[in-house]
Amino acid sequence: MSTVAIPTKPWAKSPQDRILGLTFLLAAIAFSYFFVAVTEMKGKLAYAFVFFVAYGVITSTHSFITRGPQAAKDSFVSTLVSLGAVVTVIPIASILFTVVQKGLPGLHLGILSNDMSMATPTDPIPTGGVLHAITGTLTLVVLALIMSVPIGILTALYLTEIKGRFAGPIRFLVQAMSGVPSIVAGLFILSAVLYPITKNYSALMGALALAVLMIPTIARTSEEVLLLIPNELREAGTALGGTQWRTVAMIVLPAARSGLMTAIILGIARIAGETAPLLLLTGGGDKVNPNPFSGSVGSLPYYIWKSFNAGSPEAITRAWAGLLILMILVLILFIAARALSNRKMSK
Amino acid sequence: MSNETLIPSPRTITTEPRRSDKVFRGIVTGGGLSSLVVLGLIAVFLAFRGFEVLREEGLGFITGADWSVTLDESANVVESNFGLSAMLVGTILCSIVAVVIAVPISVFSALYLNFYAPGWLKKILVAVIDMMAAFPSILFGIWGFLVLMPSVEYWGKIINRYLGWIPIFEVEPYFFSRSPFVAGVVLAIMIIPIITSVSREIFAQAPLDRIQAAFALGATRWAMIKAVVIPHGRSGVVGGAMLGLGRAMGETVAVYTVLNIVFQINWHILLGAGGNVASLIILKFGEAGEYEIKALMAAGLILFLLTLAVNAVANVIVKSTGKSGR
Repeated sequence: MSTVAIPTKPWAKSPQDRILGLTFLLAAIAFSYFFVAVTEMKGKLAYAFVFFVAYGVITSTHSFITRGPQAAKDSFVSTLVSLGAVVTVIPIASILFTVVQKGLPGLHLGILSNDMSMATPTDPIPTGGVLHAITGTLTLVVLALIMSVPIGILTALYLTEIKGRFAGPIRFLVQAMSGVPSIVAGLFILSAVLYPITKNYSALMGALALAVLMIPTIARTSEEVLLLIPNELREAGTALGGTQWRTVAMIVLPAARSGLMTAIILGIARIAGETAPLLLLTGGGDKVNPNPFSGSVGSLPYYIWKSFNAGSPEAITRAWAGLLILMILVLILFIAARALSNRKMSK
Repeated sequence: MSNETLIPSPRTITTEPRRSDKVFRGIVTGGGLSSLVVLGLIAVFLAFRGFEVLREEGLGFITGADWSVTLDESANVVESNFGLSAMLVGTILCSIVAVVIAVPISVFSALYLNFYAPGWLKKILVAVIDMMAAFPSILFGIWGFLVLMPSVEYWGKIINRYLGWIPIFEVEPYFFSRSPFVAGVVLAIMIIPIITSVSREIFAQAPLDRIQAAFALGATRWAMIKAVVIPHGRSGVVGGAMLGLGRAMGETVAVYTVLNIVFQINWHILLGAGGNVASLIILKFGEAGEYEIKALMAAGLILFLLTLAVNAVANVIVKSTGKSGR
């Protein structure tokens, strides 16, 4: 006669545990409700705060009774730590919700095909649109890309392929550069290019400042991507008789292609909503400006800024609609970057 | 039969790169040095433009609190006074409030993500928090002004009622709206994603063998974190906090939107008067004459040097933690 051991899962929660956990949750909710009703505290935040305190106290008391002081501390910290995560996520949820809620009334059929040259801040919503802002932002981003992508990727190549004498200092400087405030980048272009040379607002000026902000993002992300390329590939290239230049151009860069795209997209996401330098450099016109090298040009952030500061209810609604469009743009870029980098991982 | 042809003639081998490689290396090195060039140029040009004002004002540019220009009819500068101290105090105040609020929240959420969250939730939360780091600052500014500010003012009043006897929480006159505290809360929300992701990466490098050893000795999750993760990650968190501080100091649009900019040194964080060097530049730029622009350039130089120093220290700290492992 032999008994067969039945496999169990001692770590899984028993139904009893689940019921107990649920009871604690309900008790904490009920307590927070009564506490807020009795005292003079008010608002959703008070409910949330009292709920977390109550839940923490109840669970840690239970742990203290059943398992002692160490377990009590442990369950209290669990509550605290999840509170931290909740507090981190609440603003994101609130931002997404508010922008969608307030931005939707500002959208209308002609918003993508009209500009603001014929509309004043107090005009009803259906007049005017963001055509000038969208084209302006596109111009700025494309010009900034033309300047920053080669420099960013060359910097990353220097750090990973050449590994020269200056690799350490340059890695440090690129990180320092990513901390340059956007307004300082704007002032730099203002003092170095706009005042002495062009003396005129233009998309090119804005794009120069955006490129300064974009280079470190592209360089750092590309460096990480290039470091992931296995060294065997480089060795194989050299073994086949390739020079370093051929190896990098024909093997390393193609292998890193999707990662480099991610780097570029993250760079665009970094600058798409950048406002401060554009306020100094682009002039923020209300008309579509087809010439990127001269004349004031609008952009989405400038449009939002202008509408928000105009202050009339219609203008504020326009600002929210602009924010909604900008946010959708950033979300699309971000999801694209994620999708690309995930594909790279799974390969 | 001629044997000579089968014997290769002796030749020298060389590690000298070919001409194409030399060109390639030259171009890549040139590109790599660009960050050095750009940073250098920023400092040089801002110093060059701001030199006149810096020489005129001397140390008063940092210690003075007045910012005024008097012009005569033909727009010549009669009298000018440029002092940054009110704005510098405001910058430091707002960013310190932001860091004090953001660090505990970020550390807790980083701990939650690494050691408490189930796998699927962790994936979602990491994506959402990274996405938040990419949100434009104007979004935080307008959301902060229209949605967040009423609640934060209410919290400010509560703090003032119960902790008003502490000097920095004093409010006199009784005016709470658009205070450095509000700006600090908005900045905190902006830097929480940054500090969270730095701390998360540092915590994830905590040695797994020690974590497992702690559990094997019967430690609870908190006891394990206290004994292994926190000693490992402490200086990394400090570095992350300084990165956040650097970001908060240079923030322009969000602060300008929520803050009531007043040229007076104000250490009371709940009082509705403050400033920030970056928002000063935006505020004064529109109406500034040629001479005042130079003063703004000098202010930009000070801000640049300040953020550069904070970032440099932060990067050194984060990097050394990653390497040493403990």
